[in-house]
Amino acid sequence: MSANIPADLKYAKSHEWVRVEGDIATVGITDHAQHELTDVVFVELPATGRQVKAGEACAVVESVKTASDIYSPVSGEVVEVNRAVVENPALVNTEPYQGGWFYKVRLADSNELSRLLGPEQYAAQIGG
Amino acid sequence: MLECMLKRTPLFEAHRKLGARLIDFGGWEMPVQYTGIVDEHLAVRNAAGIFDISHMGEITVSGPAAAEFLNGVLTNDIRKLADGEGQYTLMCNERGGVIDDLYAYRLSGEVFLLIVNASRVAADVAWLQDSLGRFARASDVSMTDASHNYAAVAVQGPRVREFIDKCFPEASTSGTRVARVTDLKKNQIGGFPYQGGSVLISRTGYTGEDGFEIVGRDDAICSVWEQLLAEGASFGLKPCGLGARDTLRTEMSYPLYGHELDENTTPIEAGLGFFVSLDKGEFTGRAVLATQKASGVTRRCIAFKMTGKSAPPRPHYPIRVKGERVGEVVSGTQSPSLNIGIGLGYVSAECAKAGTAMEIEIRGTACPAVIVQKPIYRKG
Repeated sequence: MSANIPADLKYAKSHEWVRVEGDIATVGITDHAQHELTDVVFVELPATGRQVKAGEACAVVESVKTASDIYSPVSGEVVEVNRAVVENPALVNTEPYQGGWFYKVRLADSNELSRLLGPEQYAAQIGG
Repeated sequence: MLECMLKRTPLFEAHRKLGARLIDFGGWEMPVQYTGIVDEHLAVRNAAGIFDISHMGEITVSGPAAAEFLNGVLTNDIRKLADGEGQYTLMCNERGGVIDDLYAYRLSGEVFLLIVNASRVAADVAWLQDSLGRFARASDVSMTDASHNYAAVAVQGPRVREFIDKCFPEASTSGTRVARVTDLKKNQIGGFPYQGGSVLISRTGYTGEDGFEIVGRDDAICSVWEQLLAEGASFGLKPCGLGARDTLRTEMSYPLYGHELDENTTPIEAGLGFFVSLDKGEFTGRAVLATQKASGVTRRCIAFKMTGKSAPPRPHYPIRVKGERVGEVVSGTQSPSLNIGIGLGYVSAECAKAGTAMEIEIRGTACPAVIVQKPIYRKG
């Protein structure tokens, strides 16, 4: 059950991933997280324009059995949310790093990125 | 450390080999799922699923006064049972509150088997012993908690009848006498020879589908599990965990102790009056239940569906009607069969009518729902 951990992403200990392009960060949850959550049936995303802080609960993902908070790995303004994943929550399970992304933020402080885990560190965390 | 204290069923290694995800359920380390709750749920609705239910308790009550004793502590009328028949019933305290809900079987004239909830075995045994101490003919009743002697599986789904007989080639030798397992009718139980010993098989379940529950010694049940998985594989049989067991029973609006039932809730409030026989004579809790049946209750257990897209309802979410709080959710999930949020809840009796529009408060948002007739799911 080795999880897919793309080399070009940053990771939070709480199992979110971040893809950085310029000053925009895309946030989602990892393959390991979707596997642990199992069948995702509902996703609640922050409103566009909301200011989120790193470590703040800002989304909810629900499986058949439980609701789980998603914590923003970075601070900034939410500039776009993935309506497709709200319509079709199963994308979190099938394409956690592609169609299953959650939201994009305009980074308030790019120094925060250095506090996130690299792929090897994240692999070590979930492997341990 | 905690893990060391959890009880394991004889099928534990089998679950591990199948890659089950294990959780603590009432002190037992049990599979919550193997491939996924939705996948397993749909296997039971469309084909077949097998569940380890070895955690459930087995209590035997026998003797010349066993029927009289049981009829004084259980709500349903045990005299209705012929040899080899079972019934759903409840055990109540003097306030009509539910000690446990269970299945009572008459194996033969004076021998009864009670199948009780895992989490309630100790409470049930204590209650039964206490009741027996006050029973006039106590010396004519013998009671044993045989829970640790037995393992059990449930095999459920519309295709089970196509393969179960292959595992039990011989006719039953006790209880209901039939040539084949599939000759059992709903709620009948028989003892079938199996590998030099025997197992008890009843046509019962907790999923709303046709199916059987099989109780026996540990080694027999481990063998039954392997054999059924092998025989059933080509019919779509899948091992199923407690996650699917819960979504299946919620769709059927079957109660689960600790959610719909507890010591402060009566069978009448829970909508289980059908299983309360007020005309059979005195039994514990009868006075309260008779009053409630005659003059009504203040709250009722209702089933509901979400009417729009929303997060799934969960236990303790507030229920409102026209903005006013009238109760709360006790069970809730996303229905894998209907693909909408469903649940059970307790509301004030005056707003318990099917068709009533209500709102479930989910993280501060009022989400529309409607009270529906039980069961929530019916075969289309």
